[in-house]
Amino acid sequence: MHIYTCPFCGPRPETEFHFGGEAGNDRPDGDVPAQAWADYLHYRQNPKGAAREIWIHLTCHEVFVMTRDTVTMAAQPGEPIPSDTTDRGDA
Amino acid sequence: MTARRLSSGGEIDRSRPLTFTFDGQTIEGFEGDTLASALLASGPRVLGRSFKYRRPRGLYGAGVEEPNISVSFHDAAGAQINLRPTMQPARDGLALRSDNTDPDAAHDRHALIDRFSRFLPAGFYYKTFMWPNWHLFEPKIRAMAGLGTVDSALTGPVAEQVNHWCDTLVIGAGPAGLAAALTLARAGEEVMLIDDGSRPGGSLLWREGRIDGKDGATWLADTLAELNRLRVRVMPRTTAFGIYDHGLVALNQRHDDGTPDTLWRVRPTRTILATGAIDRPLPFDGNDRPGIMSAHAGLTYLRRYAVLPGQRITVACNNSTGAEVAAAMAQAGAEVTLVDARPDAAPVAGVHNRPGRIASTPGRGAVSEVVLEDGSAIACDCVLVSGGFTPTIHLYAQAQGKLGWDADQLAFVPRTEVTGQTPVGAAAGHFTLGATFAHLGSTLGQAPQAEETQPYAITPAWPDPQAKGRIWIDYQHDVTTKDVALAAREGFTSVEHLKRYTTLGMATDQGKTSNIAGLALMGALTGRDIPQVGTTTYRPPFTPVPLASLGGLETEQRMAPLRRLTLEPAHRAAGATFGDYGGWLRPACYGAATEADQPARIQAEAAMARDSVALFDGTPLGKIEVIGPDAAEFLDFIYYNTVSTLKPGRCRYGFILSEAGIVFDDGVLVRQDENRFLVSCSSSHTAGVLALLEEWRQDRFPRAQVHIHNATAETCTLTVTGPRARDVLLAAGVTCDDGLSDEALPHMAMAWGSWQGQGLRVTRVSFTGDRSYEVSIRADQAEALWETLHTEARRLGGGLLGVEALQILRAEKGFIMIGKDTDGLTRPMDLGMTGPLRRKKTEFLGRRSLWQEEAQRPDRKQFVGLEPADGAGILPCGAHGIDTSGARPRSLGHVTSSYHSPTLGRPIALALIERGAERIGEVIEIQHLGQRRRARLTAPCAFDPKGDRLHA
Repeated sequence: MHIYTCPFCGPRPETEFHFGGEAGNDRPDGDVPAQAWADYLHYRQNPKGAAREIWIHLTCHEVFVMTRDTVTMAAQPGEPIPSDTTDRGDA
Repeated sequence: MTARRLSSGGEIDRSRPLTFTFDGQTIEGFEGDTLASALLASGPRVLGRSFKYRRPRGLYGAGVEEPNISVSFHDAAGAQINLRPTMQPARDGLALRSDNTDPDAAHDRHALIDRFSRFLPAGFYYKTFMWPNWHLFEPKIRAMAGLGTVDSALTGPVAEQVNHWCDTLVIGAGPAGLAAALTLARAGEEVMLIDDGSRPGGSLLWREGRIDGKDGATWLADTLAELNRLRVRVMPRTTAFGIYDHGLVALNQRHDDGTPDTLWRVRPTRTILATGAIDRPLPFDGNDRPGIMSAHAGLTYLRRYAVLPGQRITVACNNSTGAEVAAAMAQAGAEVTLVDARPDAAPVAGVHNRPGRIASTPGRGAVSEVVLEDGSAIACDCVLVSGGFTPTIHLYAQAQGKLGWDADQLAFVPRTEVTGQTPVGAAAGHFTLGATFAHLGSTLGQAPQAEETQPYAITPAWPDPQAKGRIWIDYQHDVTTKDVALAAREGFTSVEHLKRYTTLGMATDQGKTSNIAGLALMGALTGRDIPQVGTTTYRPPFTPVPLASLGGLETEQRMAPLRRLTLEPAHRAAGATFGDYGGWLRPACYGAATEADQPARIQAEAAMARDSVALFDGTPLGKIEVIGPDAAEFLDFIYYNTVSTLKPGRCRYGFILSEAGIVFDDGVLVRQDENRFLVSCSSSHTAGVLALLEEWRQDRFPRAQVHIHNATAETCTLTVTGPRARDVLLAAGVTCDDGLSDEALPHMAMAWGSWQGQGLRVTRVSFTGDRSYEVSIRADQAEALWETLHTEARRLGGGLLGVEALQILRAEKGFIMIGKDTDGLTRPMDLGMTGPLRRKKTEFLGRRSLWQEEAQRPDRKQFVGLEPADGAGILPCGAHGIDTSGARPRSLGHVTSSYHSPTLGRPIALALIERGAERIGEVIEIQHLGQRRRARLTAPCAFDPKGDRLHA
């Protein structure tokens, strides 16, 4: 059982979390070429070592970024996604 | 009988004798004995049989490493099987049975197999029983080479599990572990000290040594007393069997009184691995005979249980620890010969010193004589062998520690730093008290002082590839030097291949005594040294763990709890038969006294709902509120359909797709007011839809004013459906703000209303094709409304509707169930919903995927109805539609739903069929389990295709 650290709730067992994919996999909108869409949909970096990933803490529903080592399984504490820390008044 | 109990000494309580039986023979022992020590003191020499050759075997070890003997027993608390007798306390009245013997260990009827052993090399069974099919032979072969028998009728008490935390977990309560625990506890840490033996002390319980000026026993007693004062939790009989990611350590705790083992999950900040070392056997012809035992096991039986393992004992060793064993045996009254392989070994007083090595043990059965390499013979009834220590580094290796070969000590020792893991003592390659404490002092900053006796010294004694005779490497699985040589000849030289080809180290003891000798021999055969051969991967569990312990309380309902309806008591009172529907316990049908009555009841309920009116509990239907000024824009992105054009107070049926364009969920979206939506999703899918909504809200709409709230559990949803549905609501006194007329509340509209002063929401949507009202009311008010609606429905000739009948009603209308009528490839166009793809202007989830080549293929499987064309009753669900035009039949898709329709008086079915939409009217062949049927493709909707009944 892994322990992940939600940036809002602290360390919790892995069963409370849901994997949301690799971080930085930006969605291309509109009628992008098939290859670009396939890259977004199917192709992953799958790095050996430090991987930045999106996770959602199901009990508080917050989405955050976590760096996890795919070799040692060590998990860094989660970071809020940028929008959580941006002042909403400046939009 | 050659071993005997001494009249004094040991941990046993001679005032408390006990008896048990072994294969029917009475065994006497004392309180404090293990099963093994009692068997050794008074029992037969042959206690078990090897797996393959059915060789007679006696005890080899005294602890966790025991490779030879496995026993089982049944008692009032249940069955315990495949036990190592060295780890179990003797208990009065047990009836032990040796495992894998027939009828008993001494008279095994398969013993003849050993005569044919030369024809049974590694891989024999797999090579020989290939034709016609291994599986024909497998049951018989497995039965002959089996373990204890599981009695599936027994259901023992449920095992407990404990989650725990500490600063430091010390694994192993020998001198190193005790000293480490003491140092850390004195420094204020919360320390937990565990040991797999029956009491803490480790080697101090059988080896001599002076620590801090005291003898070992006194230092042990003083240390345990101080640990107790410092509130250190000391747990004997507890094996750490695995270290997992993030420092999780799994412990299995045994209990003396027969209660099931307890599983502990411990998360220490640091783990001290003081797991000790295991003594290796020596390689010589016939080294597996009863009477040949590990020297340190022999010493353990002598010192802890006062059992002298023989009268004429040969102690054979290649290291400095043989001398103390020989001296102890002689002092206890045995005639002892010490055969030390080290050329420079100093003679030991009181024993016959015969430098050299054992070559063979002549004769049959238990050992009676050993022949040395120089040809001389020594008569003996017991041989105690010590081939050198192997550090117990399993847990360290599981924690991803890397091993290195120590050429002086001939052992693999920890070489790399692993965060949070600290190997100490013999596990770290320190085989004397002096070396252990010196290392401990440099690691933890403090350690006791030991009076150094003599340093550990060892000379190689690896199996010789040229040696004659049968030299066992792995006792339990009968792997000899010849099998390793065969593996080398046939190219299985990698250590992992060697293991799997010969099964070396794959028995229940996992090669604790055998692996290193196997590696050394493979190295010698292939011109490599031991570190070049390397070790196999160490995996948990370190020792076998009962499945009951791993399972613990997680059985049946405790493992996967069903969700229960608020109205369950009302359903029970109405005679409901319940079923598990997507994790919810729901009424399948009502009023069926037996299972045989159910089909008729289901048909009757469906017919009633069409004829008059029916009441259905739709509470599990997901209800997620999406609220805020930006909610419409957000949902426009989430839904395949356009949401923002929906008027307040209206409903729209729609799909949510995955990014791959697959239909993820379907349901009715309600716009309660301008900025407030209600997403209805499949009952079993609510958590998934909720996570999807939150993920996209935070990822794509982080600054949008949208709030998402799961309201599923707040209300009960009672569905009234049928031509008389509105009459029931009116009679029950349900009112809406603008009344229940079709003008005020048309199909696909919602309204706020009340019943007896309690607010509620009425949604006019239909999953049956008939006029339907979904009434959602506060859960605590639901039962009274349910009873009233039920009473009024009965008055109008209606009644209750279960899930099964609802399935028929929706199938008659061609309404899909996600995951039943769709699969992981189904796009919305395959279900006939193409409008939004062509017309929707804004971006939505999965849009681009719908334009992919694959999604636009003309030969996709499409949703259709099927009507049997052969008059032979309903089609089997899962049956394949096939294309027989080619040389071989080809699947066109399959039947997804199939029922008898009481409304139409004929079978109906739904299916996903290749090019189905353009083939309506065609007859295709259906195949199921070798049977052929014929069916006509129809539109999915078989009943009231114009939808007139929605307004009737």
